[in-house]
Amino acid sequence: MQSEFFFFMQFLVTGLSMGSIYALVALGFVLIYKSTSILNLAQGEFMMVGAYICLSMTLDFGLNFFASFIITMFFSVILGLAVERLVLRPLIGEPIISIIMVTLGLTYILRGLVIMLWGNDIRQFNIFPEQPIDLWGVKVTYLYLWSMGISLALLTFFAVFFKYARTGVFMRAVADHQAAAQSMGISVKRVFAISWCIAAVVSSIGGILIGNIGGVGVELSHLGLKVLPAVIFGGLDSILGAIIGGLIVGILEFLSAGYLDPYIPAINEVFPFIVMVLVLMIKPYGLFGIEEIERV
Amino acid sequence: MPAGLYHENYRSDERIFQTWFVRIWLIAFLLVCALFPLFASKYMISTMIEVGIAIIACHGLNLLTGFTGQISLGHAAFMGVGAYTSSILVSHGVPFSVSLACAGAMAALIGMIFGIPSLRLRGLYLAMATIAAQFIIEFTIRRWDKLTGGVEGMYVEPGTLGPFHFDDRIHLYYLTFGLAVVVTMATKNIIRARSGRAFVAIRDRYLAAEVIGVNLFKYRLLSFAVASFFAGIAGALMAQYLEVITHESFTISQSIDYLAMCIVGGLGHLLGGFFGVGFWFILERILEVVTTTLNSAYPDHVTWFVSIREIVFGLVIILFLIFEPDGLAARWRTIRAYWKLWPFSY
Repeated sequence: MQSEFFFFMQFLVTGLSMGSIYALVALGFVLIYKSTSILNLAQGEFMMVGAYICLSMTLDFGLNFFASFIITMFFSVILGLAVERLVLRPLIGEPIISIIMVTLGLTYILRGLVIMLWGNDIRQFNIFPEQPIDLWGVKVTYLYLWSMGISLALLTFFAVFFKYARTGVFMRAVADHQAAAQSMGISVKRVFAISWCIAAVVSSIGGILIGNIGGVGVELSHLGLKVLPAVIFGGLDSILGAIIGGLIVGILEFLSAGYLDPYIPAINEVFPFIVMVLVLMIKPYGLFGIEEIERV
Repeated sequence: MPAGLYHENYRSDERIFQTWFVRIWLIAFLLVCALFPLFASKYMISTMIEVGIAIIACHGLNLLTGFTGQISLGHAAFMGVGAYTSSILVSHGVPFSVSLACAGAMAALIGMIFGIPSLRLRGLYLAMATIAAQFIIEFTIRRWDKLTGGVEGMYVEPGTLGPFHFDDRIHLYYLTFGLAVVVTMATKNIIRARSGRAFVAIRDRYLAAEVIGVNLFKYRLLSFAVASFFAGIAGALMAQYLEVITHESFTISQSIDYLAMCIVGGLGHLLGGFFGVGFWFILERILEVVTTTLNSAYPDHVTWFVSIREIVFGLVIILFLIFEPDGLAARWRTIRAYWKLWPFSY
């Protein structure tokens, strides 16, 4: 009985820490969607690029982790700005299919560039100590603790940012009603650019954290699509939803790995997507998303 | 004497071949295709089989995405369903013709299941549902080893149909060619008929379509079914072509590729499928040549050229969407309109 409880707790804690990283990436999705109504399917590639830059700064250039982290953030801001300006701005007002496809085209380019620059192998970070610590019988690695801590700190920061900071309020205003925000003197273009920057930054932080867990490779980019269930679960346009959705999907993934694996091996790879289909069928706008009401 | 095409009744307006000129060109084109294996190399025949399969798949996707406006990012997965259905049936001794039909039907069934959310979902959310379909089907193929051979893949027994044996590439070419013609005709007729008009109405303004009496759910599901049926047929052909199929033949990148072909060719144009597939394959061959030349010229930097294909295709997708969102079919139309009255264009 006792061991069964620990078994459950083990998966719960691992799921929570993974889920907090998912929440971070989901936040990137939601930020862009909320202010610009674009679903950025290249989010996973943003993660990958961030992780690779940080990795190559630490390992190839021998900088310490903190310095390379700062440099990575700088590059992410540039990436976000460039993508918004060069690729998405010409497509304002185009149908959804164009916008989905353009972000998919972006995934091709970013992945190709990464392979060109860094090759195809999976590489390891090895920054955090390996041996796990014992938390009341549940084994947790430092890495998971750190990722959970960083993610929670960032999520809190953004919650406060959107509530009190001037720019945060601008962003919420644009998300709410573009024309009204514009007539109040808010520069919609600037808000778009800022959202892309923030999204690129948070997803590259997520990429660095996940890269620490499983190594940095091109496979990292698929994680962007793996976060989609979290975003859908919480509702595409809700920041709270992104956080809760991310946590729930993380927990679901690891609990399904723990309990369903004997019946269907490796079910955890696809379990979030099964949940996503169900959510889409039953409650398509997610837990906290705003339902679109249509009238003729 | 009228200097253009004037229709005096709806019958002539809806005719498939509007002028004799078109008809003659089409017959010439079909003749060239039919005689193609007589003078082409083995490599060319294989390429043309791939082209034919892609055209069948693209017609399906074009009906779904271009005409009904439902974005699907899971088209390759439905092809996978068809591929595995047909090869499993053939290996159990079912005749190839039956297994081909079953492949289409099975893909249509699965497609309709994943199309059910389209009752309530549009745009982005539907795209999400099809991504989920892609991953779930891929996972099933990979993990259901007993049925599909799992990661190791599955050997496909070559089918036979009357005098044709599809382990021969030329026979497979004729099968693909014939089916591509049939599918093209079917697509054209679906577009012309009531259902096609309903599709377009749903795409353009679905609320208005519902108000004038189009049954949204029925036609959305129908378009999913037809698109997946074509995908299933294409998948069955693909299985015959590849001889060994694994889950890696039907990944999300393939789905994205098919969607990209449709966009490059022109969504919502029948010709879009041909133009898109043609452009894609020609570009792919050119890039292959470029990569091998670069590799032999700079053998020290081979890693740089591995991903040329991905980068170029990504650029092609983005540039087309920004500068020619209606695709090559629209460009073709403007060019033709220009030459029609040349040199007296005013």
